[in-house]
Amino acid sequence: MQFLYAQTDRCLGCRTCEIACRVEHSEEKNLFSAISQVHPPKKRLFVEQQGDRKEPVLCHHCDDSPCMAACITGSLYRDERGVVRRRDERCIGCWSCIMACPFGVVERDANLHLAVKCDRCPDREIPACVASCPTKALRLVDADDLPEEQRREYMLREGE
Amino acid sequence: MERSTDKAVIHVLNKHKGGKQLQTAWDRYEAQQPQCGFGELGVCCRHCMQGPCRIDPFGEGPDRGICGATADTIVARGLARAIAGGTASHSGHALHVAHVFKKILAGKAPDYAIKDEVKLKAVAVRIDIDVEGRPVVDIARELLDKALSEFGDKGEPLTWAASTLPPGRIKVCSELDIVPTSIDGTIAEVMHRTTYGVDADPINILLGALKCAVADYTACHIATDLSDILFGTPQPVVSKANLGVLREEAVNIALHGHNPLLSDIIAQVASEPELIAEAEKAGAVDGLNVVGICCTGNEVLMRHGIPLATSSVSQEVAIMTGVLDAMVVDYQCIMPAVATVAECFHTKVITTMAIAKMPGAEHMAFHEENAAECARAIVRQGIERFKYRNPDKVCIPQESSTAIAGFSAETIIGALTKVNAEDPLKPLIDNIVAGNIRGICLFAGCNTVKVPQDHNYVEMVKKLLAENVLILATGCASSTYARHGFMTSEATKEYAGEGLTAVLTAIGEAAGLGGPLPPVLHMGSCVDNSRAVDVAVAVANKLGVDLSQLPVVASAPEAVTEKAVAIGTWAVVGGLPTHLGLAPPVLGSKLVTETLTATLKDLLGGYFIVEPDPAKAAEALLAIIDERRAGLGL
Repeated sequence: MQFLYAQTDRCLGCRTCEIACRVEHSEEKNLFSAISQVHPPKKRLFVEQQGDRKEPVLCHHCDDSPCMAACITGSLYRDERGVVRRRDERCIGCWSCIMACPFGVVERDANLHLAVKCDRCPDREIPACVASCPTKALRLVDADDLPEEQRREYMLREGE
Repeated sequence: MERSTDKAVIHVLNKHKGGKQLQTAWDRYEAQQPQCGFGELGVCCRHCMQGPCRIDPFGEGPDRGICGATADTIVARGLARAIAGGTASHSGHALHVAHVFKKILAGKAPDYAIKDEVKLKAVAVRIDIDVEGRPVVDIARELLDKALSEFGDKGEPLTWAASTLPPGRIKVCSELDIVPTSIDGTIAEVMHRTTYGVDADPINILLGALKCAVADYTACHIATDLSDILFGTPQPVVSKANLGVLREEAVNIALHGHNPLLSDIIAQVASEPELIAEAEKAGAVDGLNVVGICCTGNEVLMRHGIPLATSSVSQEVAIMTGVLDAMVVDYQCIMPAVATVAECFHTKVITTMAIAKMPGAEHMAFHEENAAECARAIVRQGIERFKYRNPDKVCIPQESSTAIAGFSAETIIGALTKVNAEDPLKPLIDNIVAGNIRGICLFAGCNTVKVPQDHNYVEMVKKLLAENVLILATGCASSTYARHGFMTSEATKEYAGEGLTAVLTAIGEAAGLGGPLPPVLHMGSCVDNSRAVDVAVAVANKLGVDLSQLPVVASAPEAVTEKAVAIGTWAVVGGLPTHLGLAPPVLGSKLVTETLTATLKDLLGGYFIVEPDPAKAAEALLAIIDERRAGLGL
């Protein structure tokens, strides 16, 4: 199972990922036309700051997804990649998913009357946000590989 | 994406493909991906330390900076500062020539002279200096004083602009209150009005930017006039262009940058028998081979027939041939990377100007007081490096094209005089009226990593030539057309439409070239764009119309620099519809974008057209040319 991992000590707060996310979810997938779309495309991740810490807050596609559990119409579903996505025609705009998400990364598209969340860029191998990150703070990692990497880093840190 | 359409450049890049150590601008462009969207749109402001501030281009986040500046204000300020940066470059270039001129008149720069008294007198007459019966030195002194006063606090409209633009343009500029009264003062004014808490009205800022562009035009015109007086007005000259001009058995020295002050002297000393003998003694049986890169290259190509090696984006590639013994640079468009690339070769990179040094290069301060001695010392550095060449790294491409260059305004009028001595402009105007020349397009600007090198230039020019549009070129645009073989009589036969071919053949044969003029006329370096304006103004004045009515357009299809932004903007002020192949960082403001691409058309006649697709761009320019022809009843 792959997921998006934000290494917060590398995040400069440049919001390049936010722009890349919007462009990927725009009609022509091009910055210059995206900004002049009648309904501007929505972003699916949010660069936030607390104290000195900057971090892209994003969907974890949780195994036990509160949003999916809260969805009363079955609009939200898990695709073959394990990614929690939306069936447009079933979303009735009840916003239960927004209330349920503990990370606050589901938002309302007021123009389309749809709940908007990360779909992990189905047309791309590497999500747009990850590909765009200039400091490689955002990565697509395997849940089974990360612990080992972190153990190694922990040992190195403690060894200093 | 292909990096270049120039086979010579591709050839050298391929030889070093996969080498991790050797990075070029194209590799660094890849490493820079993705580039920041805020920066691309121009909605990032760093003008004060409360920032940086960014406006959300999608309208959900902040719509104002901390001071309250909107995207419109921030974009307008950024553009104005880019134009000020470009103007400062041309001002510095022109002032440098003026300062040397002053030393010459004071007898302190014996290696220079007033080479072109005819041009001196022509410029003097144009700016109301009495020339009758006066010694040349007196005229020169008065002319120089007038030139120098343009930079300071003159307090009245700039003479070089007022004396070269047609009445219609002066009226438009006066009405919009964009008449500069000082070159450097206007640059400072833009920096002032765009600093924290001064001008927040985007339209007012843009008007200030237009005024600065007029100051840039003035600086460019002074630079060209003074350079012609000191080094000679260019005359047609046949030479070669592209990396194939480098010679394996010669000491190869490249002159790179913009100003003729040093490069012209090096071009002169390089033919001295003592230096050639030194090169031969060092093992270079083929002697000395001086070549040009970028606009310094254009300067010495036009005046000395020095071959042109390559243009700005591929400057590193010249070093990667392994046979460049020294790269001598002055200023502008010199990538600091050349010193890094040179570390992998034997090439010595030599900086010469106090304001333009770079880590890893050797600095040899250039003094005009003993210019020839400095130039010889620099050439000897190249000779000294010859023995360190690594034969395994030698890679000289075959490609080089013949190029006829040196079409100053004076040359063009001179060639037309051969057709009609009494009324030289008549053949040009008659052919425009008859449609043999459907219109004129000035290509200017740079090469960029964002487009396969030369692609836009070449695709556009093929289409325009076939439609009988006469092409003028400057800067790296002229280098492109020289390298791709568009500056020959054969190119006229191959690419020009029937009407244009007939005109170019008639003029070429009358001028004794034994064939047609090339379809693309090399009018000089990028500082020389005013040469094209001079021709257009002569035609406009003769017809009694304004520049904004002529079927004349401009294009910078691969622009890079702030200088290009300044030049493009004064082309627009001059009434020329000006095409850009890449959008400058203004699209984050609808107001600024619309002003530049539409509103200015009503105010000035000139405006910007942004079109990345070269085929569509050529179509758009043809449509504008036809619209203007219709406006003139043609």
